[in-house]
Amino acid sequence: MTAQTPAAGRTGDLTRRSAADLAAALRAGEVTSVEVTQAHLDRIAAVDGAVHAFLHVSADDALATARDVDARRAAGEDLHPLAGVPIAVKDVVVTKGLPTTAGSKILEGWVPPYDATLVERLRAAGMPILGKTNMDEFAMGSSTEHSAYGNTHNPWDLDRIPGGSGGGSAAAVASFQAPLAIGTDTGGSIRQPGAVTGTVGVKPTYGGVSRYGLIALASSLDQAGPVTRTVLDSALLHEVIGGHDPRDSTSLTDPLPDLVAAARAGQGGDLTGVRVGIVDELNGEGYQEGVRARFDESIALLAAAGAEVVHVSCPHFDYALAAYYLILPSEASSNLAKFDGMRFGLRVVPTEGSITAERVMGATRGQGFGDEVKRRIILGTYALSAGYYDAYYGSAQKVRTLIQQDFAAAFEQVDVLVSPTAPTTAFRLGEKLDDPIAMYLNDIATIPANLAGIPGMSVPNGVSDDGLPVGFQILAPARADDRLYRVGAALEALLEKQWGGPLLDRAPELVAGHEPTHALQTEGTPR
Amino acid sequence: MSTATTTLVDYDEAVARFDPVIGIEVHVELGTRSKMFCSAPTEFGAEPNTQVTPVSLGLPGALPVLNRTAVESAIKIGLALNCQIAEVCRFARKNYFYPDVPKNFQTSQYDEPIAFDGYLDVDLEDGTVVRVEIERAHMEEDAGKNTHVGGATGRIHGAEYSLVDYNRAGIPLVEIVTRPITGLGDRAPEVARAYVQALRDIFRALDVSEARMERGNVRADVNLSLRATPESPLGTRTETKNVNSFRSIERAVRYEVSRQAAVLDAGGTVIQETRHWHEDTGTTTSGRVKSDAEDYRYFPEPDLVPVAPSREWVEEIRATLPESPPIRRRRLQAEWGYADAEMRDVVNAGAVELIEATIVAGAAATAARKWWMGELARTANTEGVELAELPVTPEQIGELQRLVDSGRINDKLARQVLAGVLAGEGSPAEVVASRGLEVVSDDGALLAAVDEALAAQPDIAAKVRGGNLGPVGAIIGAVMKATRGQADAGRVRELVLERIAQD
Repeated sequence: MTAQTPAAGRTGDLTRRSAADLAAALRAGEVTSVEVTQAHLDRIAAVDGAVHAFLHVSADDALATARDVDARRAAGEDLHPLAGVPIAVKDVVVTKGLPTTAGSKILEGWVPPYDATLVERLRAAGMPILGKTNMDEFAMGSSTEHSAYGNTHNPWDLDRIPGGSGGGSAAAVASFQAPLAIGTDTGGSIRQPGAVTGTVGVKPTYGGVSRYGLIALASSLDQAGPVTRTVLDSALLHEVIGGHDPRDSTSLTDPLPDLVAAARAGQGGDLTGVRVGIVDELNGEGYQEGVRARFDESIALLAAAGAEVVHVSCPHFDYALAAYYLILPSEASSNLAKFDGMRFGLRVVPTEGSITAERVMGATRGQGFGDEVKRRIILGTYALSAGYYDAYYGSAQKVRTLIQQDFAAAFEQVDVLVSPTAPTTAFRLGEKLDDPIAMYLNDIATIPANLAGIPGMSVPNGVSDDGLPVGFQILAPARADDRLYRVGAALEALLEKQWGGPLLDRAPELVAGHEPTHALQTEGTPR
Repeated sequence: MSTATTTLVDYDEAVARFDPVIGIEVHVELGTRSKMFCSAPTEFGAEPNTQVTPVSLGLPGALPVLNRTAVESAIKIGLALNCQIAEVCRFARKNYFYPDVPKNFQTSQYDEPIAFDGYLDVDLEDGTVVRVEIERAHMEEDAGKNTHVGGATGRIHGAEYSLVDYNRAGIPLVEIVTRPITGLGDRAPEVARAYVQALRDIFRALDVSEARMERGNVRADVNLSLRATPESPLGTRTETKNVNSFRSIERAVRYEVSRQAAVLDAGGTVIQETRHWHEDTGTTTSGRVKSDAEDYRYFPEPDLVPVAPSREWVEEIRATLPESPPIRRRRLQAEWGYADAEMRDVVNAGAVELIEATIVAGAAATAARKWWMGELARTANTEGVELAELPVTPEQIGELQRLVDSGRINDKLARQVLAGVLAGEGSPAEVVASRGLEVVSDDGALLAAVDEALAAQPDIAAKVRGGNLGPVGAIIGAVMKATRGQADAGRVRELVLERIAQD
């Protein structure tokens, strides 16, 4: 499994290791956080020219944290289990002293004066922040092509999209530039990039991770979560960032379930007594053949491991996408109103005519926002307008309730629901840029969880016939995030046993200094 | 701004021919220590943009958290206005772009107010009581404050630039909306004023706001329409915004009655619009017409959870509510035995609490009123301050009156003692001691003074001895003078007469 790693000695190894392994090595004194952090900074320098996962690399800040952690460890201080393990943070998360743009020109140059709660928790745990990752502008998109700062490339095939909106975080983790990353998921922005890059992505229960300091897209749907290469790493990171925050009114007060224990339990590969429901509406037509084949094989593995597999129907999921594209733009149109050039970020002063606050706001928003953002602001403004509210926003909220009821009924029969994460593997850059509806359909399987506020996970479950990775989605009832980890870790263990190692070992190497090559159809494609 | 050309109908004539209907929206700033949705402090008059957090500046990523004390204050207000308190209610976003609204939406309650369906009985000066029905009281946040610099008028037009101070942004407000108030006839202006005054008194009694009109703690929007008869359907209304003194409320209603009557008399129609109030001219001018009204695109605020005050909490709050100001006033008037006019003067002078405390400190009700509405009112008036701001406490006035009642000082001396107290010389007893102002009640000392006076004025002494008591006052006066007013004049008279009888 290390054959593809350049012979860069210890440093090369470090970027290939999981966060759990790195944490153990740091605790054992085998490596220092400065070494681990520097290895990742070197990797970023080597490959991010080709991938473009990062919008900002905060090397000084990361190394300062690493040195501090090393000194505290040397002094015998009791540190957090992940202390010294570096992380990348999606640029929609506010970071004090580090530029935060949400992928938009309208925030170019803005340096926030405060930290998001989850960033405070990362810092408190002593986790060096490597930088801020690329994303679709204001998290609107499924390909990261809507970033105002250029595409991110899929490490499996640099001509392809890395998913979105969190393509930067997924690509950074998939290309070993960071062992861990933070994503946010409003309709699938953690899980769909996870599926198309062969990484693990978790959208926690709504309210499970504080939204304080996430630049809001749709307040009732947004949720931050882990992007990692292993299920256990996601559990470790989820426990760092999760838990109640008094600064977020929608934050759950319940204590987090024991996620790491659930992941470790799952690694044994025994799912006896676990009831798994296949959502009929999230399979079949519109799903790529290879995606369906990998899904069926994964189901067979779960059944062989003792899971009781049944089919369930969630009839209202057919309306989920339509409801989502009314609720999201409505909330977004209001959330994005604050970007007006008055207090922070870009300010465009009209060169002709009178200079009034209204005209400055108009010019700033006209030049600062990209087309997809404008499209959704217009859609949302329309949906909330007097006379249309009931027909659009009101109806969408009713659909939302029906979807919640579908889930409630389904979870009376089963412990987890499963589906393919995304209908297809990564498409080519530019392929769907002119067809918003086709782009929106990428999130067809992930959106219902956001509408219902339940947790979801995408676990890599092989590559399709095109040699590109595929994801397996697991959904659990609200507050039962631990079930994702148990089932996800079991599936991961069963698959890796078949493959003889992690899926990402099959990804083509990105050789520093070389022009990126297309993904090769690997022989012995994991099935 | 065509106020000069606006024709008006004489007010009395207008109300003789039209039936005015009013509706009032009052905003009160709550006196909470922190803002509605964040921990920023709320101190008045701080340096611009120092009382802010990422939340009240509307920075990306910031989220609101509701201030529990603000909710409690809103419930208090709702209960004091005899409202129902919602079991569950939500906040909404009112979307509009303006630089003083940091998020470009105001977080406000829309169709789910915390309090609704109440009433307030308002006392008019002549003792008439008018019931004002309250439609709703809801919570919202205040906007920042714009200062337009460089123009002649201080308004946005003609200004070179504008400054925004976000210290006020996010201060909690409660807005109280009446139902249309009908059947008032020519008393509409008086009722409008009395209603807002009554609210101000309630805010203070509840201790939810300092309720200082001059600071904009309480702001009123006055709706007014005219109709031909009380049986006619409601006419088209105008809404005069930001009328911020009691007197202006009364004037604004009068002005709109006269203006709308003129419009209707001329065969015109009243336009549904907001109107600006001009304090200097006592007039209103056209603002924004309803057809221009923005679509605020209200929707439930997804960053806040519904507010669900438990019934136990509401009852706890109800149990701690103070007596309502008008009921309390009626009770005190009865206890104190004041005439209606006397009580009204006491209320208008802001002396109710002062007199109450003075009585508790041992003074009779009549004496307490005499001090506060007499000597002290004159002093306050001269100095241009409120009664409560005088450097004397009700306890000191009570002590002063006890000194009078016990005969240790007389009324004339009491005024000197009070002057000493106001001058910071200490408590009444201390002033009596330090200035040596006690009544001379030692007969020996007085007799010596009497003998002296009789000896000094032998002619008068002779007349009195002759049975002519007329000039006795001259002798008494001389004794009082000799004792620097510290003698009890009645006792002096007795002693003079006794002395003469002995001769």
